Amino acid sequence: MSGILVVLEQWEGRVRRVGLEACATAVRLGHGPVSAVAFGAGAEAVAEAVGGLGVEELLVLPDTPFDRYSSDAFAEAVAEIVRQGEPSLVLFGATAFGKDLAPRVSGLLKAGLASDVTGIDPDGDDVAITRPVYAGKALQRVRIVGTPKLVSLRPNVQPVGAGGGPVARVSRPAVEVGAPRAVVTGTERNDETVELTEASRIVSGGRGMKASENFRLLDELAAVLGAAVGSSRPVADEGWVPHSYHVGQTGKVVSPDLYVAVGISGAIQHVAGISNSKCIVAINNDPDAPIFKVANYGVVGDLFQVVPALTAALKAHLDAS
Amino acid sequence: MKIAVLVKQVPDTATRIQLASDGSGINTAGIKWVLNPYDEFAIEEALKLRDQHSGEVVLVSFGPARVEEAIRQGLAMGADRAIWVSDDGVADVDYLGRAQILVAALSQEADWDLVLVGKQAVDDDAAQTGPLVAALLDWPQAMVVLGLTVDAAGRRITATRELEGATETVELTLPAVLGAQRGLNVPRYPTLPNIMKAKRKEVRHTSAADLGLDGAQLTADRRVVVEGYQLPPPRPEPKVLTGDPAEAAATLVKLLHNEAQIL
Ligand SMILES: Cc1cc2nc3c(=O)[nH]c(=O)nc-3n(C[C@H](O)[C@H](O)[C@H](O)COP(=O)(O)OP(=O)(O)OC[C@H]3O[C@@H](n4cnc5c(N)ncnc54)[C@H](O)[C@@H]3O)c2cc1C
Repeated sequence: MSGILVVLEQWEGRVRRVGLEACATAVRLGHGPVSAVAFGAGAEAVAEAVGGLGVEELLVLPDTPFDRYSSDAFAEAVAEIVRQGEPSLVLFGATAFGKDLAPRVSGLLKAGLASDVTGIDPDGDDVAITRPVYAGKALQRVRIVGTPKLVSLRPNVQPVGAGGGPVARVSRPAVEVGAPRAVVTGTERNDETVELTEASRIVSGGRGMKASENFRLLDELAAVLGAAVGSSRPVADEGWVPHSYHVGQTGKVVSPDLYVAVGISGAIQHVAGISNSKCIVAINNDPDAPIFKVANYGVVGDLFQVVPALTAALKAHLDAS
Repeated sequence: MKIAVLVKQVPDTATRIQLASDGSGINTAGIKWVLNPYDEFAIEEALKLRDQHSGEVVLVSFGPARVEEAIRQGLAMGADRAIWVSDDGVADVDYLGRAQILVAALSQEADWDLVLVGKQAVDDDAAQTGPLVAALLDWPQAMVVLGLTVDAAGRRITATRELEGATETVELTLPAVLGAQRGLNVPRYPTLPNIMKAKRKEVRHTSAADLGLDGAQLTADRRVVVEGYQLPPPRPEPKVLTGDPAEAAATLVKLLHNEAQIL
């Protein structure tokens, strides 16, 4: 194998987008051939999902015990594949899956892991890595010593460009693992909503929304924009929205192209979670709200007037184009 | 149940991070240090389990002398005792080294049923300690746990885990390592009597050397080396619109389309 190994998260042949980002990153780094590994039912179908990204070999482990996620068995399998193939670099997505799995692989192999990485570039045979710390209030430059080097990539940061051929080989590696002791027995997917950490557009509401039912205004705006809906922490604590909406240092750290903060004051813990957004729009009736300091665009006004007006203006814009 | 909670002291989340002048680290002057917020969920869950199944809750923390304050906060919540591994003789250590130290501290005692950690510490945001400790102990693990039920007699745990756009149910055998996520519970506030009691609770002081680890070797063995820090690029000057909402909205759409090229 040598080169770079990408550990993919897939279900029913669908690959989480950060997996595609990892494949594209692996190709961009140019440190030898790129292979990928996929677990579970539908693993073979992943060949199609990553086709054209430059993955030469796809290793599949579709059968028991790999039909259900288990941190121990999956980590042992990745460690064994790494021992057999000796890649210099192993890429994971910094999702719940990758964050569970990658450090366990690190512990098994005693190999260094840089997690939630936003910057990775070739530096001779090595890679130069930057990763946000303190929820993005600072960036850390790290070097991983020895091989293999393990890296988990923050979703929604690295570009996915087509730039390689189709998968040339699909193979089934021979790996033996012990009986899994942490086994997934059920998964409930919410396929209707866009996941915040993967969303390219987010509309978020804060305490200025006043009540749970007013989030309807944001749902309408989000529908026109094709955006996911998020919130500040107090709003999730109040139960106006589910906890999974909570954005910030102690919630989800997001990196969309567009983040619209509605009735959010811009507390340091909230801003920490959104500072990687390409464009931030703030809507707030307090011209001195700190959110305006980090916004690219701001509208000072009553959100109950501005949000419906924005929804209407966007509709008009989309209808015209 | 005998439960260990691995706790870390971190800068308060309200801290404005500034860099040391040479960029080698952050400027720690004036920082308010607190118990890592996710560790509060871990401690609360441990206390609930102890109250249901009896047993004890032991906090384990690695760091300089100031971490005792975070330890006392956990003891004031209701933990029974603590082990503080000082960083004497350990100049710089990576995630693996830190996990080795914590595992060495745990290995001083027997009969652990469970190790709880916060799903990540909000300083380096690495989210590695839980799985690393689990791997080194060769125990199963589940991170980002939102709910759990323990079958102490059957020595099994059912945990719900938060994924992106999904939740997952995991069955684990004990002993195990679990990483607490916000939403798992509502951490209790220490009451005044408990704060007083916490002052008398045992905090056993040990060091890497006491645990048979060589600090200089741990530094030499680092697999992840931090080379420096920088601040994120400043955000551009905002364009702020005021006045009639409909006009402002229409102008904003134009800006997003023509200037930001997002629409
Ligand atoms: C340890 C810790 C961790 C934390 N982590 C997070 C985190 O991860 N994420 C997070 O978000 N917070 C976090 N917080 C909380 C944070 O400090 C703030 O309290 C919180 O972000 C404020 O939420 P908000 O902006 O919705 O509410 P507020 O600060 O109350 O702001 C409401 C805003 O709405 C505006 N407004 C009111 N009415 C209108 C109207 N009609 N039209 C337009 N604007 C209006 C107001 O001007 C105001 O700016 C954390 C706090 C602590 C202590």
